[in-house]
Amino acid sequence: MITIEQRAEFRKHFRNNIPTRLMTDRIVKGVVFCCVVVAVVPLGSILIEVIRNGGPVLSVDFLTQIPGAVGSSQLGGVGPAIQGTLLLIGLSSLIGVPVGVLGGIFLSEFGSNKLGNTVRFFNDVLAEFPTIVIGLFAFVMIVLTFGSFSILAGTFALSIIMLPIITRTTEESLKLVPVTYREAGYALGIKRWVVITRILLTSAKSGLITGIMLAVARIGGETAPLIFTILGSSQFFSGLDQPVDALPLRIWRLSLLPYNSSIAEGWGAALVLIMIVLSLNIGIRYIFLRKQGGGGGRFRIARGG
Amino acid sequence: MGDKVFKIAAAVAATYVLAIIVLMVFQLINGSSAIWSKEGISFLTGSSWNAVEGRESYGAAPYIAGTFVTAGLAMLIGVPISMGIAMFMSELAPKFLRTPLSFVIELLAAVPSVIYGLWGIYIFRDYVRNWIEAPLNSTFGNSVWFLSGAPFGLDIFTASLVLAIMIIPTISSISREIMIAVPNSQREAAYMLGATKWEVFKMAVVPYSKSGLVGASILGLGRAVGETMAVTMLIGNATGSSAFPSSLFAPGQTMSSIIANEFAEASAGSLHLAALIGIGLILFIVAIGINIVAQLLVSRVLKAHEGAVLA
Repeated sequence: MITIEQRAEFRKHFRNNIPTRLMTDRIVKGVVFCCVVVAVVPLGSILIEVIRNGGPVLSVDFLTQIPGAVGSSQLGGVGPAIQGTLLLIGLSSLIGVPVGVLGGIFLSEFGSNKLGNTVRFFNDVLAEFPTIVIGLFAFVMIVLTFGSFSILAGTFALSIIMLPIITRTTEESLKLVPVTYREAGYALGIKRWVVITRILLTSAKSGLITGIMLAVARIGGETAPLIFTILGSSQFFSGLDQPVDALPLRIWRLSLLPYNSSIAEGWGAALVLIMIVLSLNIGIRYIFLRKQGGGGGRFRIARGG
Repeated sequence: MGDKVFKIAAAVAATYVLAIIVLMVFQLINGSSAIWSKEGISFLTGSSWNAVEGRESYGAAPYIAGTFVTAGLAMLIGVPISMGIAMFMSELAPKFLRTPLSFVIELLAAVPSVIYGLWGIYIFRDYVRNWIEAPLNSTFGNSVWFLSGAPFGLDIFTASLVLAIMIIPTISSISREIMIAVPNSQREAAYMLGATKWEVFKMAVVPYSKSGLVGASILGLGRAVGETMAVTMLIGNATGSSAFPSSLFAPGQTMSSIIANEFAEASAGSLHLAALIGIGLILFIVAIGINIVAQLLVSRVLKAHEGAVLA
């Protein structure tokens, strides 16, 4: 409660110095607007520079050929890196999506207990965890155990990174499904797990896809864990137990080389990577907006049960 | 029957996260045990870094200091700007601008860190050196210790600036959610007394959401501490006692950047590798501490506002 003295003080404050207060307000608004500009300028600069420097390099050869010899003036390609990134995304999703979705189902449907709260909390902690530590962990776990850098180790690391994102978005989108959908399912005598997989998951589909794409965009640009796991290579994929290349890793390696051709290739690879990541993000936005405009998820009862 | 199997499968998938964290602690301790038994506590306090066989000696103190200095500077620059953005998006911006603006800020978070690094090395670095570092250095270089040295562009200052840019989207989007979660009655009460927008923000929004805003900033700190690629590419990579942050314009090294930089030189089973994994363990402990505090602060504020935060 506000005491009478405090109220008097407030009244005095708000009655006096009106011009000064309006001035302060205007200055603050200006400063705040500058903050927004300061944040937007780097994004604009990054996009412009990546397109300006990377655009001229793009060609069919650049996208499909293997990298040239280090230091040669001839431009090599980033074919293996693109292939590696796509393979890594696909393989990591094979682990990350089912485990993440199941985890999200657990949290949403069976998770209002101690185990659920613990998992939810550490899931959020893991979501913000330094990826380099996850990479080191995958190195000790997989690379040292099996004795070679491999795409499997990279898959292991990246699936750990995507897991918490998918778990969280799954839980949140399942909680948004109206309880009447569940009740309708139970009323028909459908088993609980069928209600979850056939009714709830289809209703929450757009939320699930958003989460998966968010996770894919995140691991697509991830570099640090790859240093310890897939190592990098200048050849195309040659087996699950062999090193592969990936776009972010290739950009890093190219940026360390002192040759103009390498730097040009680096910008080209950056353009390819940024197009993949940003189109995923814009796609998410599109799905999300359509969901908001469409009013509720589509609902269909599938066979079975 | 099917229900039971399904519930167990879901529970197993959920516990996977816990298993990973426990296994991570175990593996990092295991992998770095050699360095702890050789260096003991001096691994945390020492500053010599020598990987030559026979004369090996490792101390992580300069890199721990480097991590905290760069992350601290990034917070110093990034937090006020993020709060400004969050205030603009939740209080000031007209409705038609809010969605596109939050989208742009989220895109800033989506740019991979290696591209920040590339942009930092070839574009941003020159601007920083010519327009900020050189003038500051020539004016104050002799009198202020942390502005001394020859500005080169690849140093603690540039790395911190890029880190600040990278943590702005994290902090500002969570802060925005937290400010939106403040009940409108709080604002209306202040408006009723005749407060200006800034006074409403200062007197009604901030006090109500303080702990959440602190939590959002700490989440940003967590990201700054763990960030690897952009820092590795920009910090100049000093090792040993010269890596101690002595000036903003001197090259430094952070925990994550030394792991990324020296990993290729460390052979399996060597003390060097154990030292790098040991630094990883320190980073793990620091990051998990920061994240736990941040989650506790943020989730308490957003509890009434389910589903608000999106990493």
